[in-house]
Amino acid sequence: MVGRKKRKGNKTVVNIVLGIICFIWLLPTLGLFISSFRPAADILQTGWWKVFPHQEWKAGESLQLSKEVDLREPIEVNGKTYTDDQLKAGVTEGDHRLVWENRRARTVNVQERGWEVKPDFTLDNYKNVLSGKEYKLKLGDGSETVQKGTGLSQAFWNTLTIAVPATIIPVLIASFAAYAFAWLRFPGRKTLFVIIIAMLVIPIQVALIPILKDYTALGLNGSYLGIWLAHTAFGLPLVTYFMYNFISQLPKDLFESAFIDGASHFTIFSRLILPLSVPALASIAIFQFLWVWNDYLVSLIFIGNQPNVQVMSMKIADLVGSRGNDWHLLTSAAFISMLMPLTIFFLLQKYFVKGLMGGSVKG
Amino acid sequence: MSAQAKPRISMKAVLLSLLVLLANIAVHGSIFLFFRDSTLNPLLTAVFAVLWGVVGVYLIYYTFNWAVEQYPEQVRRKVLPFIFVGPATLVLGWLLILPALRTLYLSFFNASSDKFVGLANYAAIFTDRLLATALRNNLLWVFVGTLACVSLGLLIAILADRSSYERIAKSIIFMPMAISFVAAGVIWKFVYYYQPGDEQIGILNAIVTFFGGEPQAWTSMLQPWNNFFLIIILIWMQTGFAMVIFSAAIKGVPEDILEAARVDGAGEVKIFFGIMIPYISSTILTVTTTIIVFTLKIFDVVMVMTGGQYDTEVVATQFYRQFFMYRNFGYGSTLAIVLLIAVLPVIIINLRQFRKQGGF
Repeated sequence: MVGRKKRKGNKTVVNIVLGIICFIWLLPTLGLFISSFRPAADILQTGWWKVFPHQEWKAGESLQLSKEVDLREPIEVNGKTYTDDQLKAGVTEGDHRLVWENRRARTVNVQERGWEVKPDFTLDNYKNVLSGKEYKLKLGDGSETVQKGTGLSQAFWNTLTIAVPATIIPVLIASFAAYAFAWLRFPGRKTLFVIIIAMLVIPIQVALIPILKDYTALGLNGSYLGIWLAHTAFGLPLVTYFMYNFISQLPKDLFESAFIDGASHFTIFSRLILPLSVPALASIAIFQFLWVWNDYLVSLIFIGNQPNVQVMSMKIADLVGSRGNDWHLLTSAAFISMLMPLTIFFLLQKYFVKGLMGGSVKG
Repeated sequence: MSAQAKPRISMKAVLLSLLVLLANIAVHGSIFLFFRDSTLNPLLTAVFAVLWGVVGVYLIYYTFNWAVEQYPEQVRRKVLPFIFVGPATLVLGWLLILPALRTLYLSFFNASSDKFVGLANYAAIFTDRLLATALRNNLLWVFVGTLACVSLGLLIAILADRSSYERIAKSIIFMPMAISFVAAGVIWKFVYYYQPGDEQIGILNAIVTFFGGEPQAWTSMLQPWNNFFLIIILIWMQTGFAMVIFSAAIKGVPEDILEAARVDGAGEVKIFFGIMIPYISSTILTVTTTIIVFTLKIFDVVMVMTGGQYDTEVVATQFYRQFFMYRNFGYGSTLAIVLLIAVLPVIIINLRQFRKQGGF
């Protein structure tokens, strides 16, 4: 208690430093979020922080200079002299600013500093990204057709179709294996398990080329099954390791009695182990799901450029490449792709954190 | 007694299990073909595919278990473990172990993998300027990225532990973990955005100009410093991971040891270096290895931010380029193997750590 009180003095400093770090951490995402709701033209003209109240020069009254003023000579305005360049850039005079309003007409604007907010928000960016922008094309014979660009919605379903099985398949396969490693005795058990643990750190690049060759030969390229299997293989070592840690910790007598009652291993696994492992299953499943959802490299290689199976990360990467300056599309597309993982993150944060620590904090 | 001595395997059981095997192949094969050639509504396809993926796997186990149960107890006990670990072993063997060996084999062959070239590819990697840049950058990523993530993570974990809004702060720092690299790429492209002219819409350049500086093209023109601006993205994303784990470890340091040190008059800094760091050293090791492995494989950030241009190439992007653009299977495989060699020490450390923890 004494220690806690002693540290109270530093607490303000700690809070401030941490607050600054958090602010810096949040800033990039905040910028993206705000920008995704701004009209396209606004994004390109002003920074996103301008949506907050800020001081800016506003046009005020204009002064008409006499026709005789030579613009190459120092120019007299209100008894003071300025150069042409100064007036071009704007000069501050007390709490006003002088700037050319129309150099040819010889009018100078006296701007005043005032609070301003740019509260223009729109949902158009999201609409365009989700449903695809409509393009009007004029054909050779003068008629017009409306063509719809591809939107993100198809990619969203594709990603979901890939991510859900690519989460459940490895978790199920790994749980069966983990159960066998923990509670069944069979030859080669140790060796096999150590090999799986070693696979934890193998870079997936090592496997990509041969898998691609096999997939091409088997017609698995660009198919759901192919990409599920790839994600399963790449996630399996970690999930097995994690599930083993959990399942091997379960008390033995728990299912010994079930075994005496004549239950088979399969029944024990489905009726007893799986329900008991729900917390562990949930945490590792969240982790695997986020990994698959956010994946880019694996999809890029095994899906290629077949538009009907493309996932969101590929679509957005394409957008970045082809429409690098269309910030209204980029920001809203990126935010849509973040929606699912962020929701999962905030809803299931507790499990997610547990899932991370399961494999890492021990001893 | 005599009934137990030798289990009789009935013809029926053998036939049934064969049938189950064939039925599994036939059913899953035809479903696969159906999806590959289907022109269904995407939403419907999604629902059916998910159903198949989820239920299908369980059914495989179920039917095989059922088949094994047709056999006598002794046989069942021997076969069952392999049904449980079989799918995992098959998938890993086919899609991870075997490919690694095949890649190793390919790395000794030329671009179109039809001529044996010995170690020529390996020699080329260390002399070719592009590939050497990739290696240099990867080292930069590993050292700078890991060091920053680990030390920042530790710092924030300790600050959060003493602050009054620990949970919110930790959520904020951890949040980028849930964001994909591609989306993070967009976020940071926007931060670093540069446009010639006076109005900057990228916040970094806006800050620089606010303080009277010149706006910069951070990720392209500032070579070789542009690599650091890419590494910052990794730091932003991975520090949360380190922080969460350190935070748990710090809370595990017994309070009475800390109290005793304080009574002896040790300052907070001394307590940190003298007690906390040694106490959580094994956690620091695990986190460091995890992040090193992760940074070695870094791909998405570079691909989205610069596409590997402006000397920001890393091994993984070079690998992608060699393989898919230049069709140089030899270089591609060699780069993958070099990555594997780079993580070998990490594998060994991990296995040793695992044994120390009493697993097996």
